[in-house]
Amino acid sequence: MNKFATYLFSAFLLLPAASFSVFAAGGGALEHSGVNVNDTASLQRGAKWYVNYCLSCHTISYMRYNRLAEDLDLSEDMVMQNLVFSNAKFGETMDIAMDPEQAKKWFGKTPPDLSLIGRSRGADWLYAYLRGFYQDETGGWNNTHLPNASMPHVLWRLQGIQTPMYRQETDEAGYTHEVIDHFVVTTPGTQSAEEFDRTARDIAAFLTYAGEPAQLKRKGIGIWVVIFLAFFTFIAYLLKAEYWRDVH
Amino acid sequence: MSSDDVNKGRRRFLVATTAVVGGVGVGLAAVPFIKSWMPSAKAQAIGGPVEVNIGKLKEGQLLKVQWRGQTIGVLRRTPEMVADLAKVDGVLADPESAKADQPEYVSGEARALNPEFLVVNMHCTHLGCIPQMIPQVGPQPFDENWNGGFYCPCHKSKFDLSGRVFKGVPAPTNLKIPPYSFLDDSTVMIGVSPQGAV
Amino acid sequence: MANSKSRVSSGANALLNWFDDRLPVSKFWKATMTGYIAPKNFNFWYYLGSLALLVLVIQIFSGILLAMHYKPSATEAFASVEYIMRDVEWGWLIRYMHTTGASFFFIVIYLHMFRSLLYGSHKAPRELLWVFGMFIYVALMAEAFLGYILPWGQMSYWGAQVIINLFGALPGIGEPLTQWIRGDYFISDATLNRFFALHVIAVPLALFGLILLHLVALRENGSNNPDGIDIKKNKDADGNPVDGIPFHPYYTIKDIFGVGFFLILFSFILFFWPEAGGLFLEHDNFIPADPLVTPEHIKPVWYFTPFYAILKAVPDKLLGVLTMGASVGVLFLLPWLDRSPVRSIRYKGLWYKILLGLFTIAFIRLGLLGMAEGTPAQTWEMRFWTLVYFMFFVLLFFISPKAKTKPEPDRVTH
Repeated sequence: MNKFATYLFSAFLLLPAASFSVFAAGGGALEHSGVNVNDTASLQRGAKWYVNYCLSCHTISYMRYNRLAEDLDLSEDMVMQNLVFSNAKFGETMDIAMDPEQAKKWFGKTPPDLSLIGRSRGADWLYAYLRGFYQDETGGWNNTHLPNASMPHVLWRLQGIQTPMYRQETDEAGYTHEVIDHFVVTTPGTQSAEEFDRTARDIAAFLTYAGEPAQLKRKGIGIWVVIFLAFFTFIAYLLKAEYWRDVH
Repeated sequence: MSSDDVNKGRRRFLVATTAVVGGVGVGLAAVPFIKSWMPSAKAQAIGGPVEVNIGKLKEGQLLKVQWRGQTIGVLRRTPEMVADLAKVDGVLADPESAKADQPEYVSGEARALNPEFLVVNMHCTHLGCIPQMIPQVGPQPFDENWNGGFYCPCHKSKFDLSGRVFKGVPAPTNLKIPPYSFLDDSTVMIGVSPQGAV
Repeated sequence: MANSKSRVSSGANALLNWFDDRLPVSKFWKATMTGYIAPKNFNFWYYLGSLALLVLVIQIFSGILLAMHYKPSATEAFASVEYIMRDVEWGWLIRYMHTTGASFFFIVIYLHMFRSLLYGSHKAPRELLWVFGMFIYVALMAEAFLGYILPWGQMSYWGAQVIINLFGALPGIGEPLTQWIRGDYFISDATLNRFFALHVIAVPLALFGLILLHLVALRENGSNNPDGIDIKKNKDADGNPVDGIPFHPYYTIKDIFGVGFFLILFSFILFFWPEAGGLFLEHDNFIPADPLVTPEHIKPVWYFTPFYAILKAVPDKLLGVLTMGASVGVLFLLPWLDRSPVRSIRYKGLWYKILLGLFTIAFIRLGLLGMAEGTPAQTWEMRFWTLVYFMFFVLLFFISPKAKTKPEPDRVTH
């Protein structure tokens, strides 16, 4: 009955029928990441993690360092010393020197540019993906949210190594599957579980910001635009009411 | 519809207020559209400062570099060239560069941080051609008392070796001096003023 | 003071007279504004026409600015859109205006069309008005489709792939036709380049012409109203309709209020929710077009999904395309399918309320199903609602001339 009511409701209104609010790919429901792009400290940490662990393979070729400095409250010197390891200039974008052909040889494919990963995948997916690396039976890396990803777990020294514990599950058609029940940490990392969650959240936050740098300013401007329009509409309403006294 | 009990003052006031607020709104909405024509972050990055190595520049030699699509000349002047600058003051339109487009930290006849090096925007202030440098002192087809300087082939404007314009030529002002600074003795940074200077 | 004021106004009058002797300025203003008598009982639904014009203006201005920074080339298009979003000053605002505007255009147009279904505005003598409107709607769909390719993301690319291949279903000419449209053997730089030209020049020009015809046809017979009765039948001693008021100032002022209200909604989306959860800007379109990898779930933008669902509901390629074409085509015939002696839903009787209600649910439900992944159960549901969609027109044709109507009033009601 309850399901039927939801169904009717979504039929009448153009509201998420569990169809379009879901991001492109990636299995299962996603845990809320708690990413907050207005938390500048989180973005700063995320940027630092990113340039240290990710940027050697993944460019953000639409992101300029000087824009980063402006949006993340960093000085030119801080950015040039802490975030720029290449010979890039302050106004240039976050590119890398790695030869795409070489990269293809190492990883099977060129590591994608991550300028817009925050928009195509969403913060929750990124958070889940970064926390979802585990060592499978073959001893290689795998990921709960992108099975058989060609990317190794570059953050393993921080998180440690986790291996999955399986349980049996029977689906609607009667087939039994092995699904991951939970993880057991077999080799501890330098960060505690909470610390690593924060690290993953910071990186996800940074990539979310990098996907659309304008989002930091957009809402602040929007408030004033709406207030102004509300004022205008109010006056226009008074004007309309005044003239329409003739008609009513 | 009766128009007898119409409050005309209130109507006029509301029409005017709506028009003014609406006009302000349209004006504000136009700002982003107009500003989107300004040089973008990419243009600004490409138009960033340019480093020029002047260590190997010989005396009397002119080096041309590109900065923001402009040809910038770096001329290493001989001591005689610098000394001779004052000689032409009488025939110049603006010997003190009062009307010239130049940073405040360059002044006088040499128009340079270091008189030995002239850093100058080579484009003629008339219509943007690039004048030739003719450093030889002596009569020229276009000037019998030539003391060395720049001569624009487009419309015959003449400048001295500090880029100062002569009287009676079409160019209205002295050649422009871009902001620049010395990183060290052999490196000029074009597009950045010395620290502390405006 | 009063003297100088009157001198200014007499000066303005002289200037106006100078123009009037050479150009019919006052005549035009009188014919289309102060002398245009409109029914006095317009409700919410009558804001939508002027709002559609407003969105058109927003699209033209933002579109012109975008065209100044956008590069219609397969290698540069995606990057140039991100250049607009990041490097161009206020570029993000201009782009969001255009993307939000595109979706709002369809919201406004769908409601505008629904108004006609409510009050019978398509019925005689306004058949041509409706037909021109339908042509505008089709041109707008073409414009939106062409524009959607330009960002050159995955959804742009594969959406175009699917839509262009629809033409391939036509027997005999299908394959050469798709090649002719693409200008290549696959969707490529050549396709993008020509779609850009069509999007910024050809279709907008056609739209202007059609909108002009739409407005001329409107002014010829005047606006319908929620009661669907002819206000010209009731005139006072001076020959003016008793239920009519001049369009200016009454409706111009009312529309200004409507514009303000609309812009508040528009700004909410633009500034706070520009992706609209993936409806207005699809997540997969933030991945550059890749001819080698198809996204897991391809669907058109929300405003096309009702028709896309009808396409998917039919298990045969050619029949599916024809059915989808018919679902739009049948709307052109609406003025002749609706044979009721009255126009408005208020007097047509209960049968019409039920029919229109079902039609509306069918359209919305098809829209949602068109976005969905497509389980077998959903396919059956799409077939059911497709049937409901078409039955609306069939039943309308047969029931409308016979059904008992309620008496129409002599004067408009509020």
